[in-house]
Amino acid sequence: MGLMDKHAIIEKNATLLLVGSLLVVTVGGIVEIAPLFYLDNTIEKVEGMRPYSPLELAGRNIYVREGCYLCHSQMIRPFRDEVERYGHYSLAAESMYDHPFQWGSKRTGPDLARVGNRYSNEWHVQHLMDPRSVVPESIMPRYAFLKDAPIEVKDFSTHLVANARVGVPYSDDMIAHANADLMAQADPNADASGVEKRYPKAKVGDLDGNPQQVTEMDALVAYLQMLGTLVDFKTYDDAAGYR
Amino acid sequence: MKFGTEIVVLSLFAFAALVAAGFGVEGPFRQHMGVLFFAVAGFTAILLRNTDFKPAAPIDTSAYMDGPIRYGAIATVFWGVVGMLVGVIIALQLAYPHLNIQPWFNFGRLRPLHTSGVVFAFGGNALLCTSLYVVQRTCRARLFGGKLAWFVFWGYQLFIVMAATGYLLGITEAREYAEPEWYVDLWLTIVWVAYLILFLGTILKRKEPHIYVANWFYLSFIVTIAMLHVVNNLSMPASFLGSKSYSAFSGVQDALTQWWYGHNAVGFFLTAGFLGMMYYFVPKQANRPVYSYRLSIVHFWAIIFLYIWAGPHHLHYTALPDWAQTLGMAFSIMLWMPSWGGMINGLMTLSGAWDKLRTDPIIRMMVMAVAFYGMSTFEGPIMSIKTVNSLSHYTDWTIGHVHSGALGWVGMISFGAIYYMVPKLWNRERLYSLRLVTWHFWLATLGIVVYAAVMWVSGIMQGLMWREYDEQGFLVYSFAETVAAMHPFYVMRAIGGAMYLTGALLMAWNVTMTILGHQREEQPMPGSEPALRPAE
Repeated sequence: MGLMDKHAIIEKNATLLLVGSLLVVTVGGIVEIAPLFYLDNTIEKVEGMRPYSPLELAGRNIYVREGCYLCHSQMIRPFRDEVERYGHYSLAAESMYDHPFQWGSKRTGPDLARVGNRYSNEWHVQHLMDPRSVVPESIMPRYAFLKDAPIEVKDFSTHLVANARVGVPYSDDMIAHANADLMAQADPNADASGVEKRYPKAKVGDLDGNPQQVTEMDALVAYLQMLGTLVDFKTYDDAAGYR
Repeated sequence: MKFGTEIVVLSLFAFAALVAAGFGVEGPFRQHMGVLFFAVAGFTAILLRNTDFKPAAPIDTSAYMDGPIRYGAIATVFWGVVGMLVGVIIALQLAYPHLNIQPWFNFGRLRPLHTSGVVFAFGGNALLCTSLYVVQRTCRARLFGGKLAWFVFWGYQLFIVMAATGYLLGITEAREYAEPEWYVDLWLTIVWVAYLILFLGTILKRKEPHIYVANWFYLSFIVTIAMLHVVNNLSMPASFLGSKSYSAFSGVQDALTQWWYGHNAVGFFLTAGFLGMMYYFVPKQANRPVYSYRLSIVHFWAIIFLYIWAGPHHLHYTALPDWAQTLGMAFSIMLWMPSWGGMINGLMTLSGAWDKLRTDPIIRMMVMAVAFYGMSTFEGPIMSIKTVNSLSHYTDWTIGHVHSGALGWVGMISFGAIYYMVPKLWNRERLYSLRLVTWHFWLATLGIVVYAAVMWVSGIMQGLMWREYDEQGFLVYSFAETVAAMHPFYVMRAIGGAMYLTGALLMAWNVTMTILGHQREEQPMPGSEPALRPAE
């Protein structure tokens, strides 16, 4: 009885066919994905990574909501032209608190992994309001509505709690101050020292040019301005991080 | 009472949606629940108008259950036109950015509407209706589970409506081809398990000893998509009365989980399922047996084993560890073999019937589908080589590759299956017009050629411009200059897409007229009838 004849057994038994194909399709995922959770060299040890501040997280959620990742990558590959164009290649550690990751798959627009601190807050606001007023060749949609949309959240601490549940190290202190920090970061009249203490390097102050209100524009600019700024590459040792 | 249980359950469901619409923690979620309420309440109203207190007429359980398949065929055509129309719109938005209408109709919200619209609404309905058509006929058994098939059909349409309206409201998990949020994912899981039970149950009560090869592919597609969907969508909602959830994984692990899913949405949704379609409809339309039984066994097991490994080729040169990238590349190249095994088995089924290419536009469509399958599964392994990928990744080349597979393979084989099934499902002698099928064939084929060729040129040009240096060692082009250079290609791409959409509209017209029972009087295809010869 040849191998092909033995196959007739599977062809006559739906359960065997179901179980057999399920077993066959699980192998690849187990071998490729599971080790990433326990191999130590998957993510480099770096200084400076911290969870997103509440306003940055709210901005990130707007970035996700508007589908920015469909045209902008956040993953600089280790090629000469990319490193010269965008900055140091992206480290695995730099997205270790990203739920979900935003590496993207298409560059209709430029990479944003290190866009933080490259442009002024005013530039970002103007660019989001009307992209072609600052970059004539741009084909990006306008996002002027963000400036009129106040941050609408009943209780933002639930978002920090959800992140903490999936592994982001938000402390009890951070969660307790979530709602206050969310507003304080972009309110020029508020005391933002707590934000700066809990979230070093966070951009504080009126970000969208409207001090009266904390808007979605504030949040998105806060997020864009911190992208890629947490790891200090003057002190980062490439050789130590090499995997 | 007719529809009694359904009306009660749906009313409760609608009430729950109304409560959620009132108490949701954020605006988009409340609006989304409002959409759900109106969808379910509207459906309930239709059932109420059609209810009857007389006992329902007994159902002939010896016949095949074709009701949900008829609805599925109509849904396939409808969603196909919608999804392709959105595709043409977003193609035009890239060429003319003023066509973006903020906030609901910006590119970033419409793009998932296009991808999900064509993959899950058009492709999904095509798979759903053809799989139920094929499994009954190859098992010689009526669908399992009574009304279960209706639940699967309408449940799946509800998933589509919730996913689509969610994207416009900005409700997304940002996982490509798995964008719907947690509650829509949960609903799809329920529907999908019901689909698995329906399909497997029908196989189990078959009257044929053998399970036909098409059903192996359909079954592996259903079970693998269940696994991929559940694992990739694991996430933690911020509130059970809000739409936002956070992925269970982060960074590197999240990226590979997503592309393990993403690539196998291609491998199992858009390939294995449609190979099942090929294995039934090509032999039927050609009236020839499948070329090689042995080849179908070998390439079935090889393709489902190898496909799963190919995901990392979407993450070449990223922060994903090198070993995973190389493993993904190696398996992607190996995948070429079983892919071509399927192509050869499909094409060679026409042995002895090649003359039908001249006379039968439906078989021509199917052959073109298999040919495009062969071409894009050759291009794919090439693009998965790291050196090639360093140029092609992030560019339009990827978009062109996807569309040669999606328009060429998935679209064409589905059109062929629809043209085959519709006259049989509605007991029509033939289609309304075969000439319209020929028009559809040429519009679609030329549209794909324009689309793919334009995207090759723009993608490779883009990749080369990004990395071009002058003699002094400076980058030659700013990013904005590379964007401007894409404009003529984006216009031509929209034209290619519009040609393909026009073909789909012709199909919609043809199918509608066939269902209504019309037959266009037209000259038979040249060569389809033997020409009269003078007696000698």
